Amino acid sequence: MSMRALPVGDGALLVEVSSDEEARALHAELVRRRAEGSLAATEIVPAARTVLLDGLTDPARLAGELTASAVAPAPPRARDVVELPVRYDGPDLADVAAHWGVAPHEVARIHANTEFTVAFCGFAPGFGYLTGLPAHYDVPRRATPRTSVPPGSVALAGPYTGVYPRSSPGGWQLIGTTDTVLWDHARVPAALLSPGTRVKFLPVGAA
Amino acid sequence: MTDRALAVVRAGALTTVQDRGRPGHAHLGVPRSGALDGPAATLVNRLVGNPPEAAVLETTLNGCAVRPRSTVTAAVGGAPCPVTVDGRPAPWGAPVLVPAGAVLDIGTAISGLRTYVAVSGGITVDPVLGSRSTDLLSGLGPPPLTDGAVLPLGTPTELHARVDVAPQPAPPAELVLRVTPGPRDDWFTREALRTFMSRTYRVSPASNRIGLRTEGPALERAVPGELPSEGMVLGAIQVPPDGRPVVFLADHPTTGGYPVIAVVRTQDLAAAAQAVPGTPVRFTEVGRR
Repeated sequence: MSMRALPVGDGALLVEVSSDEEARALHAELVRRRAEGSLAATEIVPAARTVLLDGLTDPARLAGELTASAVAPAPPRARDVVELPVRYDGPDLADVAAHWGVAPHEVARIHANTEFTVAFCGFAPGFGYLTGLPAHYDVPRRATPRTSVPPGSVALAGPYTGVYPRSSPGGWQLIGTTDTVLWDHARVPAALLSPGTRVKFLPVGAA
Repeated sequence: MTDRALAVVRAGALTTVQDRGRPGHAHLGVPRSGALDGPAATLVNRLVGNPPEAAVLETTLNGCAVRPRSTVTAAVGGAPCPVTVDGRPAPWGAPVLVPAGAVLDIGTAISGLRTYVAVSGGITVDPVLGSRSTDLLSGLGPPPLTDGAVLPLGTPTELHARVDVAPQPAPPAELVLRVTPGPRDDWFTREALRTFMSRTYRVSPASNRIGLRTEGPALERAVPGELPSEGMVLGAIQVPPDGRPVVFLADHPTTGGYPVIAVVRTQDLAAAAQAVPGTPVRFTEVGRR
């Protein structure tokens, strides 16, 4: 894997790779190194093509080490699958079907037959960017974002699927709803989805 | 409820509970949050004998008024302002004894923006992910204060204040922010980088705990299009499509898709927290340490 480590301020590094799969592998490797004690960082934040390491004491030295070291191509998929029951009843189902060139009920079938992985989180606590759909199912954001998207909305944008943990404005295409609570700070762990989590959507009710 | 509590008489424009925030959860989309002027929050805690991580109040511009149900020691710092106890003038930047039932009033800032109020025992609202901070981006932690709200207080520790009065930096007449370029400075034209480092910006009134927005010359991009979302640090200077730099403060989003032209030294962010709208802002390049 080819990596580029960009300094960020005095105490952070942004490690850039060339695909979301590589970012996922790098994130898993860095989390493993921190757990075994060979890496000290307060934050390890994966994203689309990067992993941010914050709270470093010697970012320059770590940059040299990282770019010289090999990272396993993909972490073992050992984690359990989180299953999210979904009613495929979103208001943008027909639009998504039109983008995909399929009938609306086919959207549910294709989506529910895909195994997703949380590539990274952001936007709101517990909001995961899930990858797994093939690239030809990418959809644009809505031209006009909604001022309020209900909690539990299952939505698509670009290559990602996401589930809104709470009501918020949003421009993603809504295809369904889940009753599962994605974020509960009184629960351990608070976030049901964290980077690396595997996710399956289970259709419930009439699709 | 016990008498270890604080009743809110006047909440002020925006008063929140803040401690050192909840770092370590950015990978879940949880902002760090915490007091914007960290040194001021630490100092007022010292003045009342609290540990530095105790939760304090952070006011915005026009202060607040609170009534403790039992006698407490309080200290007010950060942005300088008039302080009264039951209408009688009391010192700013020094421990103040507030009798049970008396009203501690923190007035409008004379200069600066955010005043910090520590009370002996600290504010002990339920922590969320290890912090009592209000996070205005994601809604974690206690809501901003409202008139009539009651905040629980902890038991004062045996620590005695080691300072009676302490000097505090004056809020900046001009905000000079030392920055290290990158990680996405190559997304901007050479002219934009020159503009960024040489021209004077002003603090925008649209600034908040999420970011210090600026007004001034727009920075032109050399690379068009969107950057895939990437992790953001405290002090990152994002440049949105309008070309005006935004300095990320404590409640900043954990990932973002606009390029970061440079990052502000963490030590300079306390001054940024006190810069009122209209304050001139200059960005100066410093090498990496």
